[in-house]
Amino acid sequence: MAQLDTTEKLTILADAAKYDASCSSSGGKKRDSRGGKGMGSTTGGGICHAYAPDGRCISLLKILLTNSCIFDCHYCINRKSSNVRRARFTAKEVVDLTLDFYSRNYIEGLFLSSGIIHTPNYTMEQIVEVARSLREDHDFRGYIHLKTIPDADPELVAQAGRHADRVSINVELPTASGLRKLAPEKSETRIEGAMGTMRTAIEDGADARRRYRSAPRFAPAGQSTQMIIGADAATDRDIVARAATLYSRFALRRVYYSAFSPIPHASAVLPLKRPPLMREHRLYQSDWMVRFYSYTPDEVGAAVDPETGMLPLDIDPKLAWALRFREHFPVDVNRAPREALLRVPGLGPKAVRAILTARRWRRLRMEDIARLTVSVKKLRLFIITDDWKPVMLADRADLRTLAAPKAVQFELFAA
Amino acid sequence: MRTVHLEAEDDFDGWRDAARALVTERVPAERVVWQVGERPTDLFSGERIAATHAKPFGVPRHFVSLARQAIRHSTPERFALLYALLLRVLENPHRLGDRADPRIHRIERLAHAVGHDIHKMQAFVRFRKVSDGDRERFVAWFEPEHHILRANARFFIKRFTNMRWSILTPRGSMHWDGESLSEGPPSQRRDAPHDDQVETVWKAYYAAIFNPARLMKKAMMKEMPRKYWQNMPETALIPALIAGAYEREQRMIEQARLTLPVFSPEQAPDERENERENGRRAQ
Repeated sequence: MAQLDTTEKLTILADAAKYDASCSSSGGKKRDSRGGKGMGSTTGGGICHAYAPDGRCISLLKILLTNSCIFDCHYCINRKSSNVRRARFTAKEVVDLTLDFYSRNYIEGLFLSSGIIHTPNYTMEQIVEVARSLREDHDFRGYIHLKTIPDADPELVAQAGRHADRVSINVELPTASGLRKLAPEKSETRIEGAMGTMRTAIEDGADARRRYRSAPRFAPAGQSTQMIIGADAATDRDIVARAATLYSRFALRRVYYSAFSPIPHASAVLPLKRPPLMREHRLYQSDWMVRFYSYTPDEVGAAVDPETGMLPLDIDPKLAWALRFREHFPVDVNRAPREALLRVPGLGPKAVRAILTARRWRRLRMEDIARLTVSVKKLRLFIITDDWKPVMLADRADLRTLAAPKAVQFELFAA
Repeated sequence: MRTVHLEAEDDFDGWRDAARALVTERVPAERVVWQVGERPTDLFSGERIAATHAKPFGVPRHFVSLARQAIRHSTPERFALLYALLLRVLENPHRLGDRADPRIHRIERLAHAVGHDIHKMQAFVRFRKVSDGDRERFVAWFEPEHHILRANARFFIKRFTNMRWSILTPRGSMHWDGESLSEGPPSQRRDAPHDDQVETVWKAYYAAIFNPARLMKKAMMKEMPRKYWQNMPETALIPALIAGAYEREQRMIEQARLTLPVFSPEQAPDERENERENGRRAQ
């Protein structure tokens, strides 16, 4: 095979990495390049430096070190039996690319993953070497996210954690049966074992930092994971429950969902169809409900259709919950506590905070609510203001029709 | 009428000093004309006011940060709006929390727009490398909507401390030599370099990281409106990527359909959703 140049390799190895949903550069500790020799800073908030036409944020240089792999996971474009073109970066090539891109302000940092070549340890060593070189040879202070390999030696994983802001291991599929069927060489036990070890290492690292300021940082932005949606038969109820378990058992910062997307050279056991983007979106919303709106995972589970176990696609899960539990509404914006306001479809945490402060000064009317929110259209069905009461609305059979966005709005995914 | 002359579009200190003096003299908001530089804004403007040695008075901390941010907005009314708000806040300092108040709401919106512009500048500035004597320098051309150049200096200095760089804008320019920052006059696009060979590599990345099966143009446009495109090299690819997306996706599906048996019936639960989604994407 003819030698590939850097751009050709990048094309192959970024293409191979794009099925990983995360491109987040947030959650890191603040640091910058003052007093150092290199470049880079992390602001804690994360910055999206561009958006692709798929609407996704481009924050990091997200690539694989190589797309060769000894595993044969059906959902993966890089599996052994796929005849996709293969390429492999050297550690130096990745380091140079990262610095070239970073110095031009294209990216916040690097998200490096890899197919498994030779052995898990060999692969992990290569990944760690890139991060080590960036940090030690170039004093790079931007963001680094490393995918760690469940079966790699704990010492290698520990090194990854010392260089990286965030580490992640993908659980891949929401159910153990899905994993057995679609990723026969991977094991839920080993994946979860590695996540457990990582949790301990992150917590020990944070603990050591509290006691000794000179203790090395260990993945200050924590760990995350990803599962593929729509490649196996898992229902939304299964997925919400699994995510809840993962958050609590492994203290994850994020669970990412990746709608299974048709890939070149697809495996025969997978659906040939458009990725279920709306389903992915609804699952993220359900994740938000738990993380920012203080619903319990069981409450979110109560928003699914009892027969199919799926969240509705035409309305968001918070609205679905409100329609199912109408006895909680309408909510009086002049009196209700924070928790009740947060459950009103159309009110976000910011708006709720603004309402709580504003009502110390005035009796809130609908026009006031309009100023504090994006739109009162859906909202008005669920709230009482000084000049508005949705009489009988809660009993109306067509409440769903009134509250649901018009069908045309679902062109969200059209070109 | 009283006229206040501010030194720059984002002269918060000048505004604060003048506002202090005006408050001490109990000058109502409608009796003040705010002016940047020597450009006359009001033919009938009367006596000038300079910073006096007025006694400082306390305002809520949130007011100071809000005013500092809102003053960077490009609307000429901002100085007057803020002074009017200041008078109101002095009557009742706690009232500032009431964002349902139209006047407070207005200022919050100005500050929010400025914050957004600051963030987008941090995201969308694109440096090009040039050789400057025997050393390299990174130069960017950017067109902010508000007066945010100075506000962003710290961000770029902290991130690129050990590089030499310049950011040129129609409102002014700033230059970092590795140790100190200097300000320069407004620039034009042609003052900035026209190319950088790394852009070819970056564009290859941009094209490859895009998943044609997930095309969502609206989501992209919302976060990256067209006004930013002309200073971002990768955006030149967008029309072709969008035009080719549907075909690329169909090719992947067709290729698989021709060479592979039908997938297992276990996937049935997803079919319902599949139909709904296809319906939505009909056009």
